[in-house]
Amino acid sequence: MATSTAARSMLFRYASPATFYPLAGRLWPWFAAAAVVLALAGLAIGLLVAPTDATQGDAYRIIFIHVPAAWMSMFIYLVMAFYAVLTLGFNTRLSAMMMRSLAPTGAMFTFVALWTGALWGKPTWGTWWVWDARLTSELILFFLYLGFIALQSAIDDTRRADRAGALVALVGAVNVPIIYFSVKWWNTLHQGASVSLTRAPSMARDMLLGMLLMAIACWMYSIAVALVRVRALIVERERDAAWLREAGAAD
Amino acid sequence: MPVFWTSVGDFLAMGGYGVYVWGAYGVTTLAVLAEVMALRGRARRSGPLTRRADEAHRS
Repeated sequence: MATSTAARSMLFRYASPATFYPLAGRLWPWFAAAAVVLALAGLAIGLLVAPTDATQGDAYRIIFIHVPAAWMSMFIYLVMAFYAVLTLGFNTRLSAMMMRSLAPTGAMFTFVALWTGALWGKPTWGTWWVWDARLTSELILFFLYLGFIALQSAIDDTRRADRAGALVALVGAVNVPIIYFSVKWWNTLHQGASVSLTRAPSMARDMLLGMLLMAIACWMYSIAVALVRVRALIVERERDAAWLREAGAAD
Repeated sequence: MPVFWTSVGDFLAMGGYGVYVWGAYGVTTLAVLAEVMALRGRARRSGPLTRRADEAHRS
């Protein structure tokens, strides 16, 4: 009971931009370093060690970025939707900033997933693009990210921009399970999941290891970049807040 | 873990899929670099404020 109260009070403490700012500053270099190390290890295994795939040849090596990027594109959107709930429900400032801070990274991963997918599709399927459910819903995700970013920059009033953005993040989240389950629900050209939580992966050991390392590297990268961006957002938005004004007066 | 390739040429050729594999990895690298550079530019623009905010917590 006592620990849960302590945990909750700590959570509220770090939900304030002024206290989260230095915490984010201390944390991001560690996440960035982990991202670099894990990405180098993942790339070494994926590009140098893992054997050629029997059916897809070496074109399959694109999946070491394609799959982690696609996972990240969906997951970041869900995290944005989570912060959207906090923003709409509790009107917390930091949650709105986190939501905004994640969007460009989510858009970047969605673009990478689409681009690498096209480059994988051409040699494997014989086409850069098909309008199947998986590809189309991922493209919609890309437009949702772009729409979110455009909306945020189009509305001058920060609070209104936050609430409008939160609404887009929340409504758009419906698309994420559609992307994920599209290969099951519809007869898509896109193959089904190679890695799932409920059964053994249908991949060679080194292939799986390379992909998991790249996936964790993408996580670490996303966290590092989101923390750096939220710090920029905090100083941009809080420039008139007492904790920043007092520090300026000391100069 | 042994390296799969027998020569640098083989590695670059990627079994004939070099254009696709390196096209994917190259553009991904550019996308990541673009995001990192954009963030650095943003941090530089808010530089004085950032310094002030960092100092607020050091004191």
